[in-house]
Amino acid sequence: MPEKMTGAKALVESLRREKVDVMFGYPGGAVLPIYDELYDCEIEHILVRHEQAAAHAADGYARATGRVGVCMATSGPGATNLVTGIATAYMDSVPIVALTGQVPRSLIGYDAFQEANITGITLPITKHNYLVREAKEIPRVVKEAFHIASTGRPGPVLIDLPKDTQTEMIEFDYPAEVKLRGYKPTFAGNEQQIKKAASEILRAERPVIYAGGGVIISGASTELLELAEALLAPVTTTLMGIGSFPTAHPLSLGMLGMHGTRYANYAVQECDLLISVGARFDDRVTGKIAAFAPGAKIMHIDVDPAEISKNVRVDVPIVGDAKRVLKSLVKYIRAGQRKSTTEWNKKVETWKKEFPLGYKKDGLKPQFVVESFCDVCPDAIIVTEVGQNQMWAAQFFKYTKPRTFISSGGLGTMGYGFPASIGVKVGKPDSVVVDIAGDGSFQMNSQELATVVQNDIPVIAAILNNGFLGMVRQWQELFFERRYSSTCIEGSVDFVKLAEAYGALGLRATKPEDVKDVIEEAVSSGRPTVIDFVVEREENVSPMVPAGAAINEIMNLE
Amino acid sequence: MKHTLAVLVENKPGVLARVAGLFSRRGFNIDSLTVGVTEKPDISRMTIVVSGDDRILEQVTKQLNKLIDVIKVSDLAPEESVNRELALIKVSVDPDTRSEVMQIVDVFRAKIVDVGAKSLIVEVTGDESKINAMEELLRQFGIRELVRTGMVSMTRGIKVVQTEK
Repeated sequence: MPEKMTGAKALVESLRREKVDVMFGYPGGAVLPIYDELYDCEIEHILVRHEQAAAHAADGYARATGRVGVCMATSGPGATNLVTGIATAYMDSVPIVALTGQVPRSLIGYDAFQEANITGITLPITKHNYLVREAKEIPRVVKEAFHIASTGRPGPVLIDLPKDTQTEMIEFDYPAEVKLRGYKPTFAGNEQQIKKAASEILRAERPVIYAGGGVIISGASTELLELAEALLAPVTTTLMGIGSFPTAHPLSLGMLGMHGTRYANYAVQECDLLISVGARFDDRVTGKIAAFAPGAKIMHIDVDPAEISKNVRVDVPIVGDAKRVLKSLVKYIRAGQRKSTTEWNKKVETWKKEFPLGYKKDGLKPQFVVESFCDVCPDAIIVTEVGQNQMWAAQFFKYTKPRTFISSGGLGTMGYGFPASIGVKVGKPDSVVVDIAGDGSFQMNSQELATVVQNDIPVIAAILNNGFLGMVRQWQELFFERRYSSTCIEGSVDFVKLAEAYGALGLRATKPEDVKDVIEEAVSSGRPTVIDFVVEREENVSPMVPAGAAINEIMNLE
Repeated sequence: MKHTLAVLVENKPGVLARVAGLFSRRGFNIDSLTVGVTEKPDISRMTIVVSGDDRILEQVTKQLNKLIDVIKVSDLAPEESVNRELALIKVSVDPDTRSEVMQIVDVFRAKIVDVGAKSLIVEVTGDESKINAMEELLRQFGIRELVRTGMVSMTRGIKVVQTEK
């Protein structure tokens, strides 16, 4: 006999069935019945100070753990405040379920108090969304939402719950399986196509592997390493792919694209076969698309068929889960005889020696700060904001494992890093979690200092403080005759005092010799910490491919 | 190049908005879109006529397939399908022109479905070119109002658009 309960209780019970143990949210009128259920339920609810942070925290939790992140907000402004976080998760294929309250069904469409058509608003930025029309749908909808969010190409799913569905009584019956005739993602690659790909790979003399976030999502790092080592093929990753291949590996080329390494970009431009795994040929990667990898056959392994030949014409497509496809591909390759790549490996080695990543060591340099974190806490999970801080964090930390570099790639959301680090730390409490931030980005969500202090979530916000919106300033320097229009934010706040005002630890470093000490102090304190690194003001991210140029047309800005 | 897509979707609120929104935000042009319920009451069928080269069509199809509520997308080859559209055309008439209009209607095997003192409503069914030709011929009399359903399409022979994706 199914148990009778309210829609709100059914929702919470459904979340429990999906093994949710933590969620991030902010209450309000239209979610009161749900919050009442959470009051004495074992699911931990972390109260943020702005709904945007709830979405980013759920996203950070999902990226760090591989599980579905959950966030909740009330109707109207609560729901619209989630939007940036949902769009961020959508662009980077992050599985989150966003729950929003809605005005009672009888008021929908009448411009009621705190009404917003959030399913309409989030239509283009969710993998799917639901407006619950009857309370009895709630268990099925939750079941489907978690399934859709976490399978195939993951993504955010929103469930909008009118307030009166939360109080309506239903007979709770949680479905054992989902039945979605319109949703059947392809996991296994076509075996014939994989065989064809293997023979193509064995013929290549100058192969390059181009790995994206899909490798991490799929958990295919081991298979990627096996493929690279079987072929002796150099591996470059996208920003989202960082961590999928060990940075220090001899075959690693680091990141490619606009701020990628010179040798990665040269290798891509001169390869005869580009093996793309779980990447989507984003414009920050390809530069001028007509001049991208001009002499290469393009092989594309992706779980999302719509990515195949979206941006570049693909010669060998394989639709499937990266882990499964790579496993099978490696098997065929090991059975075959590959062409020698010795000449190619030598050439790549020469580029690596000739054009290493670097910077001039005068004054307190932001790159040095990132390197110092790598020295003090090499196993830390690095979260970033967006802009120069993000690029330096990508370039100068040596990542060894997947899910240790957490960054808003597709949407490029300033203000992402600090709230995301909350979710990361909650999901990975034993890891040191560092938000590499800029002084601009950090101020977009610095109110979350209250959240980390109240909930005792000891994350470290490392602010590379240059008093500028640095990346925009860099573009103004290079392309707008140094006319620094609205990019100087010097003296906005004393970050040490700001931290202290919230009850967090505030530290500052102004000289290179202080850097290690403050990092060590932050790590050993076990407290939420803000470190103000007062860095060189006009340092540029280098190398750089100007927008619209081919990726081998590289500016050296060191 | 025009393509006719038959799209089977869940018969649920909001599905049309998902499909239409997809076209607009990805920059695909819809020439016409019709929707109605099928022989299975929980499934609706859309007929979407879209312009674009093969690459655009491939993207449209793949993006449509990504929508959870889309069950099946088929590109119907024009030579193997029956394409029909219905138009209602309100034409101005006077005693001198009335019989000429009625003659044209007759030739086109169209119907007059409303007769007023100064106007007639003509109902015409056919493929796009037939309706265009009818419109062209009636224009000289003065078209006061015109409404078209957009095209519906079905494969000839035993083959059907099935629900497995």
